[in-house]
Amino acid sequence: MPHADTDTSRFNEFAAGARDMLPMLLGAAPFGVIFGTLVTASPVPAWQGQFMSLSVFAGSSQFIGIGLIDSHAGFLVVWATTLIVNLRHVLYGATLLPYVQRLPWRWRMLLGMLITDEMFAVSVASQRRQPGRLYGHWHMFGSGVAMYLNWQGWTLVGLIFGSAFPGLQALGLDFAMVATFIAIVVPQLNTLRSLAAALSAGALAYAWQDWPYKLGLLAAVLCGIGVGLVLSRGVRVEAAAGEAAP
Amino acid sequence: MNPLFIIIGMAGVTYLTKALVLLAGERVRFSPAVRTALGFVPVTVLTAIISPMVLAPHHAGLELSWRNPQLVAATVAIVVSAWTRHMLLTIALALAVFFAWQYGLLH
Repeated sequence: MPHADTDTSRFNEFAAGARDMLPMLLGAAPFGVIFGTLVTASPVPAWQGQFMSLSVFAGSSQFIGIGLIDSHAGFLVVWATTLIVNLRHVLYGATLLPYVQRLPWRWRMLLGMLITDEMFAVSVASQRRQPGRLYGHWHMFGSGVAMYLNWQGWTLVGLIFGSAFPGLQALGLDFAMVATFIAIVVPQLNTLRSLAAALSAGALAYAWQDWPYKLGLLAAVLCGIGVGLVLSRGVRVEAAAGEAAP
Repeated sequence: MNPLFIIIGMAGVTYLTKALVLLAGERVRFSPAVRTALGFVPVTVLTAIISPMVLAPHHAGLELSWRNPQLVAATVAIVVSAWTRHMLLTIALALAVFFAWQYGLLH
C-alpha cells in the first residue's frame, strides 16, 4: 500500500506551497496590521474587523470597504465597489481551472475561498514550472492556507495595536500594499497595451480620487480596460488573454 | 446601516468572484472580448488602487518630489521589479527604502 508515500507527497506539496508564499507573507504583514488599525479608527467594532478578514479575505477590498463604511456609503455602493475590485479573481479562477477541474467540488469550493493575488501568482508559477503533478492542488492549498493564517494573525495584531496606540496608521504602513502590488503588476506589463491600460487607469484614478464613494476608481478601471481593448483590436485574442497571467 | 450586514454581503460578492469559475467549470464560457477585457482587470485595478497613494500620499495634491517617500520607494520598486522580476527582493528593497527615507533621511 503506497499510503505513506502519498501522504508524504501531499505534505511535501503543501509545505512547498507555504514556502513559496513566504515573500508574499512579508508584504502582506504590514498591510494586515494597517487594516486592523484602520478598523479601530472606524465605526466598525474590532470583532467585525476580524470577521471581515475571516470571511472576505481580500485585502484591497477590505481596505476600501472600511473606508467606504467610514464615509457612510450605502451598502449597494460598497457591494458594487467590492464586485469591481474583485473581478480580477474571475480571471484568476479561469486561469487556475485547468489545474483543478478534475477535483471534487469540495476541493474547488475550498481553493476558491483561498484565491488571492498572491496565491494566484504562486500557484500559476508552480503549476507552469511543473505541470500535471498528482498532488499539485496541495501546493495551492498550502500557499492559500499560509496566506489565510498570516492575514488573520496580522489583522489581529493591527486590531490590538490600533486599540492600544491610536495613530499607528500614520506610520505609513500602507506602503507595504503599494510595494506588493508593484511586485505583482510590473512583471505583467510585458506588452504595450497592458502598459497603456495600467498607466491610463493609474493616471485617471489619481485625477478622479475625490469623486464620492470611490466611483473615480471604478471609472478609472473601466477606462483603463477600454484603452486595453482598443489597443487589442487585431491582436489574436488567445494570446492577449493568456499573457495577462504572470 | 449595520456594518455586519455590509461585511456579509462583501464576503458573498467576493466569494462569488473567486469560486464561480472553479465551481461551474467548463459550463462557464467567456466570449473572446470578455476574456480580453478580464485580462486587463488585474493590472488596471491594482494600479488604480495604488497611484493616488503614491502620487498624493497626504490627500493634499500632487507630491512629485524627492521628499515624498512613497514616490521614491515606489520608483525603486518598479525599477527592481522590471529588472529582476523577483518579488521578495522588490518588496523588501521597497520597504527598506521607504522606511529609511521616511524616518532616516527626512527626520
